[in-house]
This record gives sequence, structure tokens and C-alpha cells, in this order.
Amino acid sequence: MNLLNKIRPYGDTLNDGKVQVSFTLPIEKSEIGDEAAKQVAQKMGLTSPELVHSASLDDNYSFYIIYGSFTKSIDISKINVNKIDAPKMDFYQINDYIKKYLGRKIVVVGACTGSDAHTVGLDAIMNMKGYAGEYGLERYPEIEALNLGSQVENYKLIEKAKELNADAILISQVVTQKDVHIKNLTEFIEMAHAEKLEKSCLLIIGGPRISNELAAELGFDAGFGRGSLPPDVASYIATELVKRKIEK
Amino acid sequence: MGKLTLDEKLIKRARGAAKEVAISTLDHVNSFTTVSQERTVVRLFGIDGVDAEGIPLANIIVDSLHQAGELSKGVAFYIANAVSYYNTTPQNIATKVSLGELDLLDIPTQDEQDIKMVLDKYTEEALRKISENKEKRESMQETLSIGKTPWQYVIVATGNIYEDIVQAKAAARQGADIIAVIRTTGQSLLDYVPYGATTEGFGGTYATQENFRIMRRALDEVSQELGRYIQLVNYCSGLCMPEIAAIGAFERLDMMLNDSMYGILFRDINMVRTFIDQYFSRMINAYAGVIINTGEDNYLTTADAFEEGHTVIASQFINEQLAFASGLSSKQMGLGHAFEINPDIENSLLYEIAQAQLSRDLFPEANLKYMPPTKYMTGDIFKGHVQDSLFNLTSVLTNQGIHLLGMLTEAIHTPFMQDRALSLQNSMYVMQAARDLSSEIEFKKDGIINNHAQNVLAKACSLLEEIAKIGLETAIEQGMFANIKRKQNAGKGLEGVIQKAESYVNPFLEKMERELGLGGESIE
Repeated sequence: MNLLNKIRPYGDTLNDGKVQVSFTLPIEKSEIGDEAAKQVAQKMGLTSPELVHSASLDDNYSFYIIYGSFTKSIDISKINVNKIDAPKMDFYQINDYIKKYLGRKIVVVGACTGSDAHTVGLDAIMNMKGYAGEYGLERYPEIEALNLGSQVENYKLIEKAKELNADAILISQVVTQKDVHIKNLTEFIEMAHAEKLEKSCLLIIGGPRISNELAAELGFDAGFGRGSLPPDVASYIATELVKRKIEK
Repeated sequence: MGKLTLDEKLIKRARGAAKEVAISTLDHVNSFTTVSQERTVVRLFGIDGVDAEGIPLANIIVDSLHQAGELSKGVAFYIANAVSYYNTTPQNIATKVSLGELDLLDIPTQDEQDIKMVLDKYTEEALRKISENKEKRESMQETLSIGKTPWQYVIVATGNIYEDIVQAKAAARQGADIIAVIRTTGQSLLDYVPYGATTEGFGGTYATQENFRIMRRALDEVSQELGRYIQLVNYCSGLCMPEIAAIGAFERLDMMLNDSMYGILFRDINMVRTFIDQYFSRMINAYAGVIINTGEDNYLTTADAFEEGHTVIASQFINEQLAFASGLSSKQMGLGHAFEINPDIENSLLYEIAQAQLSRDLFPEANLKYMPPTKYMTGDIFKGHVQDSLFNLTSVLTNQGIHLLGMLTEAIHTPFMQDRALSLQNSMYVMQAARDLSSEIEFKKDGIINNHAQNVLAKACSLLEEIAKIGLETAIEQGMFANIKRKQNAGKGLEGVIQKAESYVNPFLEKMERELGLGGESIE
């Protein structure tokens, strides 16, 4: 339990507020550039900014590293986080849980949809091998996992989910430049709703820029962001299916 | 000659098996052509441009024949026939076809000799243009010099070709030797090459002939300024492999990503389509003096780098043989591999050195392309910068050819200008500091590095011998590469594969085969 409610960044002394920022300015490296960089830090709310490094990147671009102090504070007792509410279970516990409370295998279909070709995240969650020492969903005896791979059209994913009577759909989105993922996920959710898929199936998104908050905003059941591992996803699916079954 | 203690007989066996694999793969697809190969022929005739709706003339012509079921003779015959009949240029013919004023199938068949004259004329013209670009590159590289290997290779990916130029020039001034313009997400699955200068893309910029031209011009300017020839890279992959090779050859690109299996595995493109397209595209690259980069590094993003390292070596052998079959020289081969072993494994650096040195020793002449860590980059930019430093050290220590710089912000965003600068600074510092380390050290006999390399080679050899038995197509169906399974009769682009007729002609391919000393028993 943290005794402090109001906190500041920590350098080496409580409340010193020390932070480091680095950025590029679109001007040549010069005294003016150095001063402009300090003013950027000041306007960010950093007091006594110290410019520790500046360098030219090109004729009209220069790079800066600054240390400064953040003097406001954050009241952590007022913070609300939209996080996924599922118990932390490991591979064995999850399989036991599914056997005990569902009594059947869970069907999960996953894909990187739209133009996204980056399967790293989806593979980390689904592939046999898994990631960071955690087996992927394909390895779970109580889960039938099908990884459709990259650049899957939304309608094809929906078709496949219906064909397999999936319990959960996992959509991975890595490329988020110009919000291409929002457009794509919105299209998916509209198509899924037209098929009333949300009644029979958990709709889940994941990716380094995805949050549970974004998932809720777009109409998905859950969103898994950076650092999520296969058992996080599997625990959520298993417990949520049990929960919904009871509520039904 | 190599630094590792390797069994020469094993190397010979592996290479022999890979050759068998390459020959039988090409034999299996030899009786087919593809819409992309035919569109390439159209482009090599000098036909360029789009119609009012933005559809490339190459697509209009090839699609019109394909829909009529008449593509089996090859588009070259129809174009030459029309040129001969109307006594005009291929471009005029293409324009008339696109306006609906002309149907290539309605033209009476001309005298064989006349058709041949037309074919010879335009084949010669196209190949001359490509040769001139090759000579220009060689003379510029000679007068300006070219950076020391490992060459510093960075990507630009703004989506806007004009912004790409700003980033590319800055990167060159910061020390980059090679600039790759990443393509927009999804271009590999477009069955046409977009047209003109483009300013909108996602995660990259459209590969178009005009974009190639303006980037090459910008890099020529900065090359002159720096006194160092800056090489330009794009992607000969996806559904338009040989077309991109052709426009790249016209605009003097220096390197092309051009793997024999990448599209099959990672883009689910049909195998037959891919094997035909890679053969023709690589031949154009061979003729143009382009260095190809293969994509083995990608295997390690889905499969484990420590356990599956031998699949990378096996694939390098296959890529080498398929490249030889297309007329590429060893120096034109940027065989790929990557620094992707889990950093939590004890001695991971030693295993990385073993794998990298093994590639070096097995392919001593190749311009090996070494890819940075991506899979275990976490968003912790500080740790990432250190991982990249070890990668840089391994690269200079094992004399890699093409060094794709790792970014500390990998897994976060496409590189900012500062990311690239920090990355170049890191790499140039490490490589300068350890420039001659390789010639100063030897690897202990029976040490961890030698043992691991021998083990990987042995596994690669038995994998290749297994593939030689069952054939590459079956091996891919069984998921032997990257743990990904693909069926022979499935995948994107299958509808664009056509059985060739007896009378099929592709004069460009034939002339290049002759000049590159190919067309031997296995390919004909």
C-alpha cells in the first residue's frame, strides 16, 4: 500500500520531480535552437530545464536531451483505470477451470485483419510456442485455436467464426498510422453486429496501441495491450464465458 | 577459409540437395506463365501509363487477353502483331486498347518474320536501357566510392514520397549507405502497380515508377554532395514481383527485396504463381546488376530463432540455388538472416555469433543481409538500444554485407528522424571500434560457437535432403518453413496462373536467359 496519494516523478530525492525528455526541432542546431528546446520543456511544465545534449541531425533539424523538474503532482487516489477483470491463472489452472466450469472445449479464431500484415502479436498469443515462456492458445488442450494469419478481410473472419461456432474472436492490429485500425475495427464491429455475433461470441482486440478502454469505446468486449500474454487472454475468455453462461 | 570448423562434405551435401530442390521446383512451374509476368512483358515493351480510371495500361491489355482465354501464347505475340499491322508504337497500341478502339484479338496474324523483327527491336531497346542504368551505377560507384561493409541500411516510411526524400537525405548525411523506402501496408496484395507520385500511404509509401524515379534522383544529389554512392532499395515481392523488377531496372534501383518463398509463407500467395514470378523477377534483377535481399529473417518472427536456426540456413541454400538459376551472381545475393534469439537465454550472443558466422562461412561471396532484433524489442527503448549494440557488434565481427539498422523504438512507431540518427550513431561507433576484431580472433575448437554452428549446419543439411526427397511444394505444405503451412492449389493470385501454349513467347526472358548464359537443361 502506497502511503502517498500525491506523487511526482522521482530522480534521487522524494518530490524532486525529475524527468528526462528528448525530441527533434525542425531548425538548424544553434543557440536559438538550444533556447527553443528549453522553452519547449518549460511549456511542458518542467522547471529549471537543463539542456544536457544537442546535436545536428541535418541542415534543418536538431536533436535535444533535457532534464527538468515536474512540480505539479498527481493524486493517485482519484485515478480510475479501465482494466480487464479476470483472475490471474496459469496454463494448467485455465485448462482445469475450463474442464470444470464449462465442460467443453473453447473455440477461438484469431486474425490480423484489413491491410495489417504484422502477425507478431497474434502469433505471440496463439502459436503453440507462445511468448516469453508462456504457451500460446494452440497448446491449450481445452482450447481449439485457429490462427487465420494476416490481411484477413473482416467478412471472412466473421464467416469463419460462424462456421466454427467460435466462442471468441481475437483481432490483432499493429499498424495504427493515421488511425487505420480504428476504421478497420469499426467496420468489423458493424458487420459483427449485423450478424448478432456479440450474442454468441466474445469480441476481443489486441495490439501494442490497443487498450481495454479503446475496446469498450469501439464496442468490443475486451482489449489487450502491450505486454499481454497468452494466459491473460485465456483466463479472460474462460471466466467471461462462464460468467455469461450463468447470467444467461 | 572460413572461421568456423565445418565439415566440408556436409556443406557440399547441403548445397547439392538445395540444387536438386531448385531444379525440380522450376521444372514443375516451367509450363506456366502468370498475369504478372505478362504485365512485365507489356512494361518492357515501353508501355506505361493509366487510363481515365487510373487502371494501368499493362493490366488492361493483359486482362483483356486473359478474360478471352488467350493469354497462353503470351502477350508479346499480340503486341508485336498489332505493332506490325498498324506500323506504330506499342504505347499507341496500348492507348487504343484502353480506349476500346482496338481489340488485339481482331487483328489478322502478320508474317512471322515481321513479328520477329518487332520483337527483336523492342527487346533490344528495353535491355539496352537496363544495361545503360547498370553501367551508370557502376561508373558512379567507381567515381564516388561506396561505403565500407557492413553497409548501413535504414528505412524511410512516411507514406509521402516527398517527406521520404527529406528523411532519406538526412539519413544519408548521418551515415546511411542504403535507403529502403518501405511500401504501404497491403501493396504486396495489389494485383497492379500504382501510378505516379504518391503522398498517401499507411506504414510506407506506394512503390510506383515515378516514386522510384524521384527518390533515385534525390539520392543521386545527396550522393554527389557526400562523395558516396547511396543505394536505393524497394520490394520485388507480392503479386507484382517481376513488374516491380522491371520498373526498378528502368529507374536504377540498386537493391530489391526478392525472396523465393516469402510471399507464399507470409502473404499466402499461391506457390506456382510465386515460383514463376520470382524466376522472371530475379532474372531482371540479375540483368540489371541489382542485389537481391532474401527474407529468411522473417521466419524467425514466427518460429524460434534458437531452435529453428537451421531452417534459415536451409532456406539460404535454396534461395542461393534459385538465384543462380535466374542468373544472379553470388555478389548479388543478399541472403537474409537475423539477430532474433531470446535475449534471456544465457550466451545468446554466442549463439547469434555462431549463426551469423555460419552464414558468412557458407556463403563467402554473398552480400549477406543481417536483420536487427524485432521480436524481443519491448518498448523499453533503453534496453533496445543495448540489444541493437550487440547486434551491431555481431555484424562487424562476422563481416556481414548489408546491415539493417535496429531502431530503439522498434515495436513503437515507424522511425523518427532522431531514432534513425541515434541508431546510425550507435552502429557506426560500434563498427569503427571493432573494425578489425574479426581478423584478430579465432573461435575455440569444440567451443560453444563452433559446436552450435556445426549442429545448425547438420540439421540444415538433413532438412534439405528431406526436402529434396519430397519436393519444396510438399515441404511448404507441411509447414517446414516458419511453421507456416500453405497448400499448392490455394492462395492469392492462383487465378492469374496460366498454362503456356506450344507457341508461347516471352522474348525478354529468352534474350536475358541467353545473355546471362542460362536456359540450360534444367530450366528449358
